[in-house]
Amino acid sequence: MSTDPEIDPETDPNVDPEIDRASWGARMDAGSTTSDRLPRRWRNALRPIFTTEHRVIGIEYLVLSLVAVAAGTVLSLVMRIHLVWPELAVPFFGQVKPEDYLALVTMHGTLMVFFVLTTAPLSGFANLVVPEQLGASRMALPTLNAVSFWMTAGALLILLAAFAVPQGAPISGWTSYPPLSAVAAAGPGQALGMDLWLASLTVFCLASWLGSLNLLATILNERCEGMTLMRLPLTVWSWLVASLLVLISFSVLLAALLLLFSDRHYGTSFFIPAGDLVAGHVRSRGDGSPLLWLHLFWFFGHPEVYIAVLPGMGITSSLLANFSRRPIAGYPMMAMTTVLIGLLGLVVWGHHMFVSGMNPYAGTAFALTTMAIAVPSTAKVLSWLATIWGGGLRLTTPMLFSLGFVSLFIAGGLTGPVLAQPALDAYLHNTYFVVAHFHLIMAMAGVFSIFAGVYYWFPLMTGRLMNGTLGKLHFWITLIAAYGAFFPMHFAGLAGEPRHYSQLSGTTPLLENLLPLQRGITFSAVILASAQLIFLANLLWSIMRGEVAPPNPWQATTLEWAPSMARIVKTSTSGLDPSASKFHQNIACRAPYEYGLRPNGLDFIMQCDPNTKAE
Amino acid sequence: MKFNLVTIFVLFLLAQILLILPIFRRRPRDQQPRIWLAESLPLLLFGAVYVWMAMTAQRLWADDRYEGPSLTAMQVEVVGVQFQWYFRYPGEDATFGSTRPELVNAAAGNPLGLDLRDSEGDDDIVSSELVLPVGREVDLRLRAHDVIHGFFIPGMRLKENAVPGLTLHVHFTPETAGTYPILCTQVCGLGHGHMQARLRVLPAAEFADWLQAREGKRRAEEAAIKGGV
Repeated sequence: MSTDPEIDPETDPNVDPEIDRASWGARMDAGSTTSDRLPRRWRNALRPIFTTEHRVIGIEYLVLSLVAVAAGTVLSLVMRIHLVWPELAVPFFGQVKPEDYLALVTMHGTLMVFFVLTTAPLSGFANLVVPEQLGASRMALPTLNAVSFWMTAGALLILLAAFAVPQGAPISGWTSYPPLSAVAAAGPGQALGMDLWLASLTVFCLASWLGSLNLLATILNERCEGMTLMRLPLTVWSWLVASLLVLISFSVLLAALLLLFSDRHYGTSFFIPAGDLVAGHVRSRGDGSPLLWLHLFWFFGHPEVYIAVLPGMGITSSLLANFSRRPIAGYPMMAMTTVLIGLLGLVVWGHHMFVSGMNPYAGTAFALTTMAIAVPSTAKVLSWLATIWGGGLRLTTPMLFSLGFVSLFIAGGLTGPVLAQPALDAYLHNTYFVVAHFHLIMAMAGVFSIFAGVYYWFPLMTGRLMNGTLGKLHFWITLIAAYGAFFPMHFAGLAGEPRHYSQLSGTTPLLENLLPLQRGITFSAVILASAQLIFLANLLWSIMRGEVAPPNPWQATTLEWAPSMARIVKTSTSGLDPSASKFHQNIACRAPYEYGLRPNGLDFIMQCDPNTKAE
Repeated sequence: MKFNLVTIFVLFLLAQILLILPIFRRRPRDQQPRIWLAESLPLLLFGAVYVWMAMTAQRLWADDRYEGPSLTAMQVEVVGVQFQWYFRYPGEDATFGSTRPELVNAAAGNPLGLDLRDSEGDDDIVSSELVLPVGREVDLRLRAHDVIHGFFIPGMRLKENAVPGLTLHVHFTPETAGTYPILCTQVCGLGHGHMQARLRVLPAAEFADWLQAREGKRRAEEAAIKGGV
């Protein structure tokens, strides 16, 4: 394979276009997924949408996440406003009834966990840059990859449809514990709404599976010459581990979903115990166990947390190295801890179940594994701090969001070892303390890494840079409002306030006393959500008018910024010529983070740079 | 708990300072960070703290949950039903009568489905508030009829789910007289937020009076039913 960046397969006599097309060009052809019988004009219109071009699919995933995060945020605002002003009719929504509140909780959690925190960092960014970062010429399974996206989009539509059916959306929370989720009579929304929830997640499971298969195959098989595992950018390491976790954990979720569906419609009793009496009728036909669902669900649910946050860690590691102009501190340790967090993440699910009726001895075992996962997480934080300590920081918007990620990850992470202690968790479980914990470490840290990624890779998507002033404004308001919204929740939890309560007034004085605190949280949440309008405005403005980006605007070392990329950006914005995404710079000569003053006087050396002696 | 919270808050502040300080230095240092100093050594320290935390946590948890209550502990049954807590006392015979889900009929005064043919249930008392004497260990047996509920007494630091199909035991000794809210902490349906009850912890003498009054009330109701027949 040639390493000349200016080579063009169409004109270069050394590349036989016929063979090239037969080998991969035909599958890369964007039109191949639509029927040949369609009129040409239609085909041309559909071509960029139903494409197998990974970069476009990455952008499509990000747009899908943007839709989901907008919907999820609106739902959370309705909840926040109702919680502190229960009498108020919310604009466009009306009076929030208790079951509406639970439906909002359920849909907010499902949208955010699956369609935002799983979709954007893993599917979105990996599609955007994985082949280039590997120096690969293509994805391993591009058609499967495209199918995966459209299934995810379908899953989102099915989920949102639950709002439109009689009795509305399900109310059993994103964890859907049976028998509440297994018996339609257990509450409003538990009939058709719950079925749609199940259908949506089933499709989502399959879609994630296909997407991860493609990613795994690509990362393991399509690496260019010289791209050894220990030269992979840390982003790729995190996508590799997250994809493995998807394969393992989503298959268990899929099984659980099918069993629950079968309990609801085929008269089985996997999760319904004998003599289960709901709304005056005995519902069980056999003797099942609700605890079985908890085990199956959390066997998926906990790795899911790492699926959501590992890519964020990878992005943060890369960006901190870049904008500190230093190699990441302890690369082998970072790669190893990524794998270790993934492995340990598979054996900690029981810490969601300390007070669920699980055997207390099992509680001890899960407490120990959970405490163990704090070690690699701490190692990562230390490495990030060591990287920026003594670096010459360039405080660009993506860097600010990466620093924000570390800050929020620490804030949310420190409560982890507290919650890992079963005796303390017995008090804190299902209170606002836990809400604070996972919103800081998973939701906010996750979202900050997504913002960092968008600001950082925006030139690859549009050929332009996002506005820095608006970006910094967006960052500071978001950071302060995020702490303002989620930090005080610790105190509500310590006072004993449970999650999922639709109102505090008219209950016990214990909870009524927390109203002023909750009002402050609601104000912060409104500011937090409003600040995102700055981001949206910046996004739209920068797509049209943003400063045109130089080929490697951040002076990065990883291969998605290699010189030939500039050409790809140009062609893919004007007509999406798939043949242009063939990557010519496919040889890796060195480790991924060669920043700082190097022997030859350069500030950074790209992975594909052969001129300096390999390390 | 307090020690944990103070420790993590100090660590939180420390980490944030470490994060902010480098922002004010724009010139990079030439040498690489020394990994053993920056990472390995602190990691060992943190590892030791985690081991210590795990050990104390295990001891606390074992004290709380590994062993059952003493044989003299008072028996009370807690039943979670959408959206109400019921508390059943076994009465003079110290034995709970059997229940069957088919017999549940709250409107007819039998919310727990007591089997009237079972004489052991004759002296059972069903209450909508939990009343306990000060200083005596109580063994709660938790059940649920329909869906999973979360039994939570914040004032007693006590939480355990009530799971349909399972009978779970938790035990504790209330030490201070007073009234404490009881909440549900597991989403159980549209009335979840209002599924609340009260725990009243009374001095031993007052508790005995309360129990006696309830028994008298139960006998009167029984007599009324028999008289009606």
